Amino acid sequence: MTASSPGTTPSSPRTSAPVPLPMPKFATAARSALADTRSRRNLRGAAAALREREAAAAAEPADWDDLREAGRAIKDDTLLNLDTHLAELERAVTEAGGVVHWAADAAEARRVVTGLVRAAGAAEVVKAASATTREIGLNDALARMGVTVRETAVADMIVQLGEDTPSHLLSPAAHRDRAEIGELFGRAVPAAGPDPAADPEALAAAARLHLRDRFLRAPVAVTGANFLVAESGTVVLLESEGNGRMSLTIPETLITVAGIDKVVPAWDDMEVFLQLLPRSSTGDRMTPYVSSWTGVTPGDGPRAFHLVLLDNGRTKALADETGRTALRCIRCSACLNVCPVYERTGGTPYGPVHPGPIGAVLTPLMRGVESAANASLPYASTLCGACADVCPVLIDIPDVLVHLRGKVVESRRRRPVPTPEMALMRGLAWTMGDPRRYEAALRRGTRWARLLSRGGRIRRLPGLLGKWTEARDLPAPPAESFRAWWDRTRT
Amino acid sequence: MSSREEVLRRVREALGGDRGVRPPVPRGYARRLTEAEAESRADVVALFTERVADNRAAVRHVGADEVGTAVAAALWGRETKQIVVPADLPFGWLAELDGVRALADTPALDLDTLAAADGSVTGCALAVAQTGTVVLDGGRAQGRRALTLVPGYHLCVVHADQIVGTVPEAVGRLDPARPLTWISGPSATYGIEAARVEGAHGPRHLEVLVVED
Amino acid sequence: MRVALSVACFDDALFPDTGKAAAVLLERLGHEVVFPPRQTCCGQIHWTAGYHREAAGLARSYAAAFEGCEVVVAPSASCAATVRDAYPKIARTARDPGLARAAEGLAVHELSEFLVDVLGVTDVGACFPHRVTYHPSCQSLRVLGVGDRPLRLLRAVKGLDLVELPAADECCGFGGAFAMKNADVSVAMVADKVRHVRDTGADVVCAVDDACLAHIGGALSRLRGGVRTMHLAEILAETGPS
Repeated sequence: MTASSPGTTPSSPRTSAPVPLPMPKFATAARSALADTRSRRNLRGAAAALREREAAAAAEPADWDDLREAGRAIKDDTLLNLDTHLAELERAVTEAGGVVHWAADAAEARRVVTGLVRAAGAAEVVKAASATTREIGLNDALARMGVTVRETAVADMIVQLGEDTPSHLLSPAAHRDRAEIGELFGRAVPAAGPDPAADPEALAAAARLHLRDRFLRAPVAVTGANFLVAESGTVVLLESEGNGRMSLTIPETLITVAGIDKVVPAWDDMEVFLQLLPRSSTGDRMTPYVSSWTGVTPGDGPRAFHLVLLDNGRTKALADETGRTALRCIRCSACLNVCPVYERTGGTPYGPVHPGPIGAVLTPLMRGVESAANASLPYASTLCGACADVCPVLIDIPDVLVHLRGKVVESRRRRPVPTPEMALMRGLAWTMGDPRRYEAALRRGTRWARLLSRGGRIRRLPGLLGKWTEARDLPAPPAESFRAWWDRTRT
Repeated sequence: MSSREEVLRRVREALGGDRGVRPPVPRGYARRLTEAEAESRADVVALFTERVADNRAAVRHVGADEVGTAVAAALWGRETKQIVVPADLPFGWLAELDGVRALADTPALDLDTLAAADGSVTGCALAVAQTGTVVLDGGRAQGRRALTLVPGYHLCVVHADQIVGTVPEAVGRLDPARPLTWISGPSATYGIEAARVEGAHGPRHLEVLVVED
Repeated sequence: MRVALSVACFDDALFPDTGKAAAVLLERLGHEVVFPPRQTCCGQIHWTAGYHREAAGLARSYAAAFEGCEVVVAPSASCAATVRDAYPKIARTARDPGLARAAEGLAVHELSEFLVDVLGVTDVGACFPHRVTYHPSCQSLRVLGVGDRPLRLLRAVKGLDLVELPAADECCGFGGAFAMKNADVSVAMVADKVRHVRDTGADVVCAVDDACLAHIGGALSRLRGGVRTMHLAEILAETGPS
């Protein structure tokens, strides 16, 4: 049975999100990220370490490409029959004693979860695997109703304590080094002592000690999920720390918030994803802990289990035939670790939810390209293709990026006054569209460019091209173009 | 319209009327270990052992009549004073304990008792050679999930004939209706400089005893 | 063999030596080279920047310019990649089955592919006594999959000292519109690329895409790096100190 959730009541001011500041465009946000050399160096080291582990883990199985093909096909099949699978999932979870809630958007998901937490009378909740709850802005909503939220993964805890934004899917505090984390723990984690050693093992131990009692006392846990198995109603969660296990085992009430894209049809399909995800994520053959649960089990684990199924733009992405391939994503973060742009900017310029190459497609697909920030994301890539090379479910990210750039341009065509770029590109296409016009422009352009050059190079260009010459020269065009040479020598 | 109907309506609208027919999922991946990897049963057990060690867990082989001694030795070596165990743990596994108090989880122990224990001893549902994983499903000799989670040390006894070769073999044998925990090494975090560091919230030490018949 | 040469618009104006070298090289290998005069731009710039309608128009013109050519050779990996990989997508986006058919009929080869796969040569009789490092451009590496063909050609050049480029597979940061729209990141990327190039001690950095070379060369020039950029065709056309 579907619960009649608090989602049907109108939004109360206490649980609605504050009006966020408009996100800056990628290039603007990237500038400050580039200037933060310490974060840049830390992130670069982290990405490189993960990249090497993942490459080695993917190179080990002889059938890696067969697994990728299977993963792609399973996800595509699921998406094409998503309505059926979701209904099946709901039925199976409900039969096993769980309660399924549906949330069309973030506000509704917040209302569902805050309502459940209030009903449980909880003053504190523990959270694990929290990317989706970050997407819906749950922490602020709970804080506004006076509930303390404990992020329990070590990295999430570091981000929360530092009032920071996450920089990586797998390792959200990858932009921080051990010394910074040590300082932070010295201030905010009593268990670490006043002046903790900048030693990862000691810091992990301090995090363990800090949260131990909270796990044992928390009445409610909120988690994400990696997979939802429709046929059996099973939730699957992969993690390495055990904070996920604590959350899904100890508190009386377990609330799992998951996007509707997390569905896979059958339990047997896990034989594919339990190989693809660990190797592409941490480079492990198997992530230290894989937990799965189906509803509630008497005498073992929580007494109440709630599954919140979140749309929040996923159906918008699903409606885009090219873009829907991005919903295959299993959030492994392999594309982040190989991306030369992400490596230099970190996660922040991509916005608060989905960083890296996959974020540059998922965010505009789910949120649309109307805002300047979202419209800038498909351009935050050189289309080098390193991401597509490693994607375990074969998402052709460059292809989706180019497709979304087309959407951005189409959405700007209707403007009464064309942007300078639009005027330039249209003019260029008009010129290139005819060999005579092209040749005339070639001659004219060459003359102009040669006037701008000194010593065979151009050091400053006007207008849009000035961005090029901020740090790079352009060679002066030779007096004779190729086709002029050809005409002179060959005809 | 309820949210359920709204979400399902959006899904149907997004997919449109004609969804086409897709070819069956290509499943060309390996379901079993290759001949080279698993020429004999001993190879599978050896692979499991190697991979458990790769996962930075301790692993030891013992004969069927040595389990009690090996469990006692492992606990003695760690200066363990008190352990928690599932109520249906084979009696022989704890028969040689000396100076260690074993609390059976019946009636269910409270969380403080689990937290105060130095470790837990359990069996498993099956194990996976390819990944060095033990899987617990709450069945015989395994108990509820909290037993192997809250104490800082987990000693898991695996019979050689419980070891399957691959992940697909394991998935095929497990019942998703039961609460499952796949354990591949001790608790670890990637949260600090994205490097693997052992010892976060779960057991900091995992030890596996492989019982050969 | 009668070879139709496809010269990138970018090369036509800024790097005419690439087209010249390709023509000279193919003629030296005994082939007839023609330059279909109606060619302008393959449409890559517009396609990757999101101007898909304009790209479709340019793709139609390109296909018409090369219609009936038995073999097309492009000394530009990104143009070859556009025709082979993007044209079917451009046609689909524009709902233009005629363009899809025309694109299928175009046998476009990137230069190193043509030499190694079609002509079956790796030693083209070139002589270039310099220290050279090779940057595998992203389009050549990941879209076309030219693999080590350019390296095999370079290794066969007399006198050439080929030195490995560290982190060779990493993008130089050009990316078309990216170089302007995300200039800061682009410059950070090319700075690393240039550092690696200079670390090799090479006199020349070589690639199969002049756009990447313009980017790397533009940064080297600004830094007065003392390393020249040369397209693979230019090196292969060299027959030694004259």
